[in-house]
Order: sequence, then structure tokens, then C-alpha cells
Amino acid sequence: MGKQTPLYDKHVVMGAKMVDFGGWDMPLRYGSQIEEHHQVRKDAGMFDVSHMSVVDFTGTDTRQFLRKVFANNVDRLTTSGKALYTCMLKPDGTILDDLIVYFMDENWFRVVFNASTHDKDLAWVKEHAKPFNMEIIEPPNMAMIAVQGPNARAKVGAVFDEPIRSEIAGLAPFTAAHFGDLFISRTGYTGEDGFEIILPASQVNDVWRSLYGEGVKPIGLGARDSLRLEAGMNLYGSDMDETTSPLESGLGWTVAWEPEGRDFIGRAALEKIRNEGTTHKLVGLILEGKGVLRNHQKVIVKGQDGGEITSGGFSPTLGKSIAFARVTKDISGTCKVEVRGQQMVATVVKLPFVRNGKSVQ
Amino acid sequence: MSNVPAELKYTKSHEWVAVDGETATVGITDHAQDLLGDMVFIELPDVGTSFEKGDDCAVVESVKAASDVYSPLSGEVVEVNEALADNPEAVNNEPYASWLFKIKMSDTSQLNDMLDADAYSGVAADDSH
Repeated sequence: MGKQTPLYDKHVVMGAKMVDFGGWDMPLRYGSQIEEHHQVRKDAGMFDVSHMSVVDFTGTDTRQFLRKVFANNVDRLTTSGKALYTCMLKPDGTILDDLIVYFMDENWFRVVFNASTHDKDLAWVKEHAKPFNMEIIEPPNMAMIAVQGPNARAKVGAVFDEPIRSEIAGLAPFTAAHFGDLFISRTGYTGEDGFEIILPASQVNDVWRSLYGEGVKPIGLGARDSLRLEAGMNLYGSDMDETTSPLESGLGWTVAWEPEGRDFIGRAALEKIRNEGTTHKLVGLILEGKGVLRNHQKVIVKGQDGGEITSGGFSPTLGKSIAFARVTKDISGTCKVEVRGQQMVATVVKLPFVRNGKSVQ
Repeated sequence: MSNVPAELKYTKSHEWVAVDGETATVGITDHAQDLLGDMVFIELPDVGTSFEKGDDCAVVESVKAASDVYSPLSGEVVEVNEALADNPEAVNNEPYASWLFKIKMSDTSQLNDMLDADAYSGVAADDSH
């Protein structure tokens, strides 16, 4: 038996098939995974993401500390509520985790880490925080719901009273607002508009029930994965990990090289990798024939072993199988993928596959 | 609780069989489709192909995984359900109406080795947790 979120009983009552995810018992799907996927693309769905780690960094040295441990530069955050996506690197330039950091005020930044990396992340930041005047606090008994889809914002608005309702209606993309213990950001992991809501565990069942009353359907991890794959968003542990750098993971854009003097952890190694040139890159693939691309299938580029699929699956929006693959840089046009003993043709495409409900391929 | 019709015969690998004279109609069970999740592709054998009992003869591919279907009986494929090519989700919606293929049995005594509904319900319950 794994760890349970405060919504565990709700998932069971709603008929969810539960699976282990990073030590947590989480809903895989409640009914049809493909219908859940379309629900988010066409209307609104909600995800229990309470397994993710909310960590507050407070104190006068917080900004200096985060400039050191994150590859993106928190100096880009100057207004309250603004969010930044970044990797946290090891000295060798490989990726410890990817995360979103929110600027709350000059002495308070909030970070949402992945669930499966919680222990190593906390150990890492605590170790490196020692020389800094700051505190690392995990607010206890928190829960988190993501509400995503073209109608998500309106439906979330309907479950909160004024002035929260008006304030979140005006939230710009990739910003957050907080109201005491309630924290709402216009972020997500689906390629759709929507919010992520962090709130006390004692309130999450009521909010979940109210959202359901507004027609927001529960969505499991299965559809969460196909939605993020279509949206071109990486999954830690599949598309990147402690053996890969951002530069071969499609995340070069998240590395802030300027100013040159900012000596973030991993910088020297990453500069070396950049100067010597990477051999592999992360690309999108669409399978032309019938079949499904799966993680770790072999990719053949120009007749040679060219790498492998890092995340594959069926795209309900495209009606075809899609994937991310880490492949040799000479790839162009098409490649072949070994699918169940057969070599099948796949087309190399720019990410994402889907944006705001529509295929962009 | 998955649906296990009393009139069908079953295998431990989650195929069902309906018998009509020498012809066996084969599909996958409600329990199997529930384990696999939404079907996205179904690969059927060619009509005229002969299989021995236990041979892999079709593939059902869901959002979760590709899974082989094993021939429950020896014989020759006489018909396949081509409608599933455009409508694989029918296997999820109506697993006992959405047959995959029909086999002309070469040895009807093999039917005696198949599971009845009670025995199969036990198998399905055992691998549900």
C-alpha cells in the first residue's frame, strides 16, 4: 500500500483504477482514458496532484540561493506571483529535477517539485542552503488540484466567492495569487488553459465536490500523460534524468546563460557540453502506420542505431501514435522505430503536437 | 465486477469462445478489456490461416500496452471481424458482442479443457489485485 492523498477515498468512490506512482496510490483512470483526454481538450477536467511537493524558501538570502541551485535565473522574477520553469542540475550538468518556482515576495519563493524526486530534492536543497540565511519549509497537510481545459477557468471561478473570483479571473498566464492558505496559479501540464490550486487538505474534498458540481470531470494519470505528451511537455524520469543534460532534453531554452557571472550549479559542465556540441537531441515523432510507440523502443536513423523513444503513446487528438525520442542529431524527415519486431516509419516533427485543443501538425 | 456470461467457455489467458457446431467464435473477456483499457488498434489474423491451440494469433493494443491474443483451440480461421479496424473501442464497450475471429475447429475435444464461467470468474478475481 502506497501513500494516499487527501482525495484517496473520493477516487475509490468514483470508481478509479488505482496505480502506484512514485510510492503514491493514484488514480490511473475513472472510466475511459481517451474520454478523459477529450474532456480536458474540449471542456474541463480536474487532476489530484496532491502527491507533488510544495516547498517554501524564505529568508533574506533566498534569491541568492535560488540563483545558485536553478539553471534558469530567478532574477527574471520581480513581480509577486510570477512563475518560472527551470531545471535543478547536478555539478555534471545532468538534471536532478524540473520544477516551477513562484516569486511571492523578496523573502519568499514557492517551489513545486515532482513527487517521485521529493526526498533527493529536499536533501539537495538543504545541503546547499547551509551557507545561506534562509529556511526551507514544507507546509504541512497541503493538497493540490489541477483544473484544465478551455472551460476550466470559468468553472473554477464559479466555486470561489468574491474577491477571489474576480482576482483569479484576471490572472495572467504563468502567474499566481494567494489568499491566506489558498494558492491559485494559471499553470498546468496539458497544453490547455487552467489553474493549479494548492490548498489545505481539510478543504480539498469540498473544492473537489464543488468543481464536480460545475461539471468538471475527474481525470486520471493515464490521460495526464497523453495530454502532456501532445502538449510537448517533458516528464522527469522518462524524458530526462540524472544521466541527461537540458541540452539533449529539449530544455536548452530553460537555461539562463546570461549574466555570465551567475555561477549556478552545473554551469561549468553545461558550458563544456555546449561548446563541444551534443550528439543527441529530443524530437517529436508521429508513427505513420498502425501501432503504438512505447518508451524505450529503438529508433533507427539513416540505417544506424539512432537512440530511443523516451515517452510514447497514443494521441487521442491526432488519432495516431506520437512520441518523444532522444536521437542522434543527424535525424531529419523520417526515421524508423522498432515496434514489436517490425521497423515502422515515423515522421520527425517540431513540438508540440497539440495546442489549445487543436493539432498543430 | 466483470461480466462473465454463463453460456461461454474461457481460457486462463482471458479469451472467450462461443461454440456453434464445428465453429468457435473467439473474443477477449470483459475482465481483459478492463485490465487493458481503451483499445486503439486491433490486428487480426488472415482468413485461411491455421493455428494450433495456444498460438498467438491476434494483437489487441490499448492505450496501456499491446497484448497477444492466443488461439483457444486448433483450427483454421474462417472469418474475422473487420469492423473492429475502424472501431476498436467496441471491444471495450461490448466485449462479448465484439468477437475477433471465427475458427473451424480441428479437434472439438479441446473444448473439454476450457474453463466454464465459474472457473474463469475465479481466475479473473485472482488476478484483479
